[in-house]
Amino acid sequence: MLAFFYLFAAISVISALIVVSARSPINSVIALVVCFLSIAGHYILLNAQFLAMVHIIVYTGAIMVLFLFVIMLLNLNKATEPMKTLGTRVAAVLAGGLFFLTLMAAIRHGINITPANEFDPGVGLVRSVGLSLFKEFLLPFEVSSVLFLSAMVGVVMLAKKEKVVVPKDGVEPSKA
Amino acid sequence: MIATAIFLLVLFVITLSVAAYSTYGERKVAAFLQDRIGPNRAGPFGILQPLADGTKMFMKEDFVPLHANKKLFLLGPAIAMVTALLTGVVIPWGGTLTVFGTTINLQGADPEIGILYVFAMVSIGVYGIMLGGWASNNKFALLGAVRAASQMVSYELGMGLSIVALVMLTGTLSLSGIVDYQIAHGWGIIQQPLGFLLFLVCAFAETNRAPFDMPECETELVGGYHTEFSSMRLGFYLFAEYTNMFISSAVISTLYFGGYHVPGLASLGLDPNVAAIIGVAAMFAKTFFFIFFFMWVRWSVPRFRFDQLMNLGWKKLIPLGILNILLTGGIHYLFNH
Repeated sequence: MLAFFYLFAAISVISALIVVSARSPINSVIALVVCFLSIAGHYILLNAQFLAMVHIIVYTGAIMVLFLFVIMLLNLNKATEPMKTLGTRVAAVLAGGLFFLTLMAAIRHGINITPANEFDPGVGLVRSVGLSLFKEFLLPFEVSSVLFLSAMVGVVMLAKKEKVVVPKDGVEPSKA
Repeated sequence: MIATAIFLLVLFVITLSVAAYSTYGERKVAAFLQDRIGPNRAGPFGILQPLADGTKMFMKEDFVPLHANKKLFLLGPAIAMVTALLTGVVIPWGGTLTVFGTTINLQGADPEIGILYVFAMVSIGVYGIMLGGWASNNKFALLGAVRAASQMVSYELGMGLSIVALVMLTGTLSLSGIVDYQIAHGWGIIQQPLGFLLFLVCAFAETNRAPFDMPECETELVGGYHTEFSSMRLGFYLFAEYTNMFISSAVISTLYFGGYHVPGLASLGLDPNVAAIIGVAAMFAKTFFFIFFFMWVRWSVPRFRFDQLMNLGWKKLIPLGILNILLTGGIHYLFNH
């Protein structure tokens, strides 16, 4: 099991690095897909089968397909890198280094992490996920569904074609 | 452990042979529907035709177009084939066999979330078509790939909604659990006629079969996403399509037609092993019927237009799926409370 953990961890970290360092957008997307799959592997190791499958269906199967879809339609297959000035680069390196320093300082004393609760292998199964969603976290769950619904309605409204009324003399009105 | 390994190997061989012979079956069914004879040169009744086709595929030149993305061009058919083959693992092909004192479960694995696993594999399978079509660096292949992606993502929703109603009834996501429920309470088709219809239509779209075969529509897109593929790479795409057809027929039989259940078999008092073998035979008979149904539709129904396909998916199947969930929930509440 531990060997699988290290395998998935290595795949996750390496593919995540490729996502940010790849020049071509399509390679980034593929690396992100691999990263998501390895994270689903981590879920399986924790016996969270439901979470793993939903993760694959939603993230790998739907969201990343749409990413790929957009990249293909816009034909972004050229390896491009936006021009950055020297100032931006220096600032980015400084900010990144400082952030790294802060993180290191924060976790330096917490390296020996012991779990607060005993690990329950049933926590990620459908039954326990369903019970906690519909009993313990019912209100947040319903509120977030309303949020999704409003997002859907908003998209439909935006995507709807505006009706252009053509006056009788046949001249199209200029768009205001 | 060894029993499972042998079972999976047998399953692998059976899946590949069924896929190979589906190509022969498709041509024979097409010939029958069009009042022709069909392949009859290789062996008696043309029975060796799949072998001849396979040999032809392997012998042809494996050609990679000049400006294609070589790695992805290689990866596309591989993903399509691997995900198609992985799905069969969770399907219960029969009950249990007892051979020399060891019990063999005729199901590769029975995860709690069996049906979601099938969905997950199908959704990864989209990448095979998308990457292959994009990597070809060909306008027609790209259009085919884009069509395939939008079609499969859209119809996954309708398929998921039709499954939700079934899961509400059976109370489990495990495929063997769904079969057990049907053995106890009658087949899914009786309790979920609308759900079955929705699932069937979506299965046609998910496997890119006619009348929803726009991704490889030859009158508009030459060969669609596999225009640039030759040799066994093309063979893998075609094989993946037939494997998907076999697996979705098996899933339809499992979800709505009782899987390996034969009504009245339990009351005959047969030896458990004999009963299990009859069950497997019943499962394959149901599956083969649906494979035939897939072919029957392909050679009878003309192809949709792409906007019609999207309208059907988003404006008809999804509302019907939600209606089905509401109806199922309402009836369940009225009769079980």
